[in-house]
Amino acid sequence: MAKKTIREAINEALRLEMARDPAVVVIGEDVAGGAGLDGEEDAFGGVMGVTKGLYGAFGAPRVIDTPISETAIMGMAAGAAATGLRPVAELMFCDFMGVCFDQILNQAAKFRYMFGGKARTPLVVRNMYGGGLGAAAQHSQCLYGMFTAVPGIKVVVPCNAYDAKGLLIQAIRDDDPVIFFEHKAMYDVADEVPDEAYTIPFGEANIVREGGDVTIVALGRMVRVAAKAAEQLAADGIEAEVIDLRTTSPLDEETIIESVEETGRLVIVDEANPRCSIAADVAALVAGQAFERLEAPIRQVTAPHTPVPFSPELERLYLPDAGRVAQAAREIAG
Amino acid sequence: MDARIQRLTMPKWGLSMQEGTIVEWLAAEGDEIAAGEEIAEIETEKVNNAFEAPISGLLRRHVAPADQTVPVGGLIAIVAPADVPDAEIDEFVAAFEASFVPEAETDAAPAPQTVEIAGRAINFLAKGDGAATPLLLLHGITADLESWMFNQPAIAAGRRMLALDLPGHGASTKDVGDGSPEWFAGVLAGFLDTVEIARVHLAGHSFGAAVSATFALAHPDRVASLSLIAPAGIAPEINGALLDALVAADRRRGARQALEQLVHDPELVGRDMIEAFLRHKRTDGVPAALAGIVAAGFADGQQRAVFTGRLADAGFPVQCIWGEDDRMIPAAQADALPDCIAVHRLPDTGHLAHMERAGQVNALLSAFLAAND
Repeated sequence: MAKKTIREAINEALRLEMARDPAVVVIGEDVAGGAGLDGEEDAFGGVMGVTKGLYGAFGAPRVIDTPISETAIMGMAAGAAATGLRPVAELMFCDFMGVCFDQILNQAAKFRYMFGGKARTPLVVRNMYGGGLGAAAQHSQCLYGMFTAVPGIKVVVPCNAYDAKGLLIQAIRDDDPVIFFEHKAMYDVADEVPDEAYTIPFGEANIVREGGDVTIVALGRMVRVAAKAAEQLAADGIEAEVIDLRTTSPLDEETIIESVEETGRLVIVDEANPRCSIAADVAALVAGQAFERLEAPIRQVTAPHTPVPFSPELERLYLPDAGRVAQAAREIAG
Repeated sequence: MDARIQRLTMPKWGLSMQEGTIVEWLAAEGDEIAAGEEIAEIETEKVNNAFEAPISGLLRRHVAPADQTVPVGGLIAIVAPADVPDAEIDEFVAAFEASFVPEAETDAAPAPQTVEIAGRAINFLAKGDGAATPLLLLHGITADLESWMFNQPAIAAGRRMLALDLPGHGASTKDVGDGSPEWFAGVLAGFLDTVEIARVHLAGHSFGAAVSATFALAHPDRVASLSLIAPAGIAPEINGALLDALVAADRRRGARQALEQLVHDPELVGRDMIEAFLRHKRTDGVPAALAGIVAAGFADGQQRAVFTGRLADAGFPVQCIWGEDDRMIPAAQADALPDCIAVHRLPDTGHLAHMERAGQVNALLSAFLAAND
């Protein structure tokens, strides 16, 4: 089986679904690049080159370059979804949600509910999140928690190429709005990915590693950090179970609870700020449903409650790393 | 160094196995071990299984103690006569470790290949070489060629051995035609033509056994022998609820519950086995393919295609291997087979006999093939 990067896996998912269903369209800034001008067509394929080649394969009517207006992109995409298309809209950086949140929060997320279940909104919003590239405070945030807090939308945070492809195909076929988070520092991470189309159901966490001493719950890029921490812990004789949430809405509560009931110890790793976060949400879930099985306090390893610093040295300190995760696990598993 | 020192190494079970962990040694240092005897429990990401001694002799040393993880091909134990000094064994172990390169780093494992049969892609794994009549292995519903991982290396000695991904499974086409064993047997004929095999030993498990038998009855001149393992197609009775659960399972819990019903010892079912099972089921075209096979041959909890009566004068030798604790297709169905067919009933064994009792099944297959080359 061929190894493909997350960039290639996402491109392949889009390509397969656009070929399968003519209702699937891609909308965003520079998703083709150079559209309407003389010179090279399909010059960019998005700011990270993820949609490159789709314009050539499917043409301008289905790969729609937009002006620099997230409000227009999301409004257009929500309306297109409500009227029969399956748009995959690109928000570029999730940090830009601020200028188009009404289209998501009050429109797309509410259509099904407010129209008595008669409206479908098969909309996917692809976006980039996360730090590590020195992109500073306005281009490095992890805002999946804010979307997870909104009923009516689903939230996907894949951590490898296999999952990215299967979860994106699932998202495109889903009849509800799905916010699809891609870590901007992970596009070149490669994995064995089949050529065929396949899906991964929402709400099923992946058990990345089995272990009986401590449960480490993580998402997105932090899954890799957690797996590395688990290797360090194994050298000390502590066997960690690593759970990749894959989707935060719906959340696979059962897998988390079952694991903590076995281990009695929980570390949650989240690259986002700690207040009102996925980490806090999972901690509350376990405290509420498995309190009597806990043998130690729950630990959360997260970024601090500050904006993401631009200085590379500070940014490195800001992001959770394997050493901090392993330390947190040792403190409660010792 | 004493040439009588023999090494036992970590086996490779399946394409993806890179290392295994010794859970427990069943044979102690100083025990006389016999080839085929279970001497250790080995755990991998995919399955846990007993390791059977490939050779006989005096087990002198556990090089890898319990709980140690060893790469495939790595040294786990030494067999040598009692008069070989410990110092020579030390020297042998040191020399091995100094020159050992794990397979993951040499990339030596044979890779599956794909051929086109009437426009449909068929994926297969070929192993072994030799003049003896080749062996073709056919898996059951929801499985793939990896289900022969414990058998392929052992039986491959001295002959070509090919394991197929049946249509609707693994990396092969998802087109299953009308889903009947007859349609699959037609694909099999095309496959043998394409890979230029005139005559073959067939071994099939469950639905793969029904396909093998259907092919063999249609082309007796091309079949050197037929080994049926927990075969479908003997009698109408089948555990329809379990088959439906197996085909319908699309989450980890349901998959584990169904797979555990296929073995006597549920510990055999590992995390990667469940993951591979689910990945297959979640591929476009697979649910429809499986539904097609069930509708054609197993609708309403009954097996439709039954060929028992035709095996008596088939013109090729047939043996049947069945786990006594088979909860999918009852082993009692073997009673209906004609007397000329040797039936081997394996105690404490479930539907996946070729995985759960690989050593016994391998021995039965090897002897049967050798007698009928």
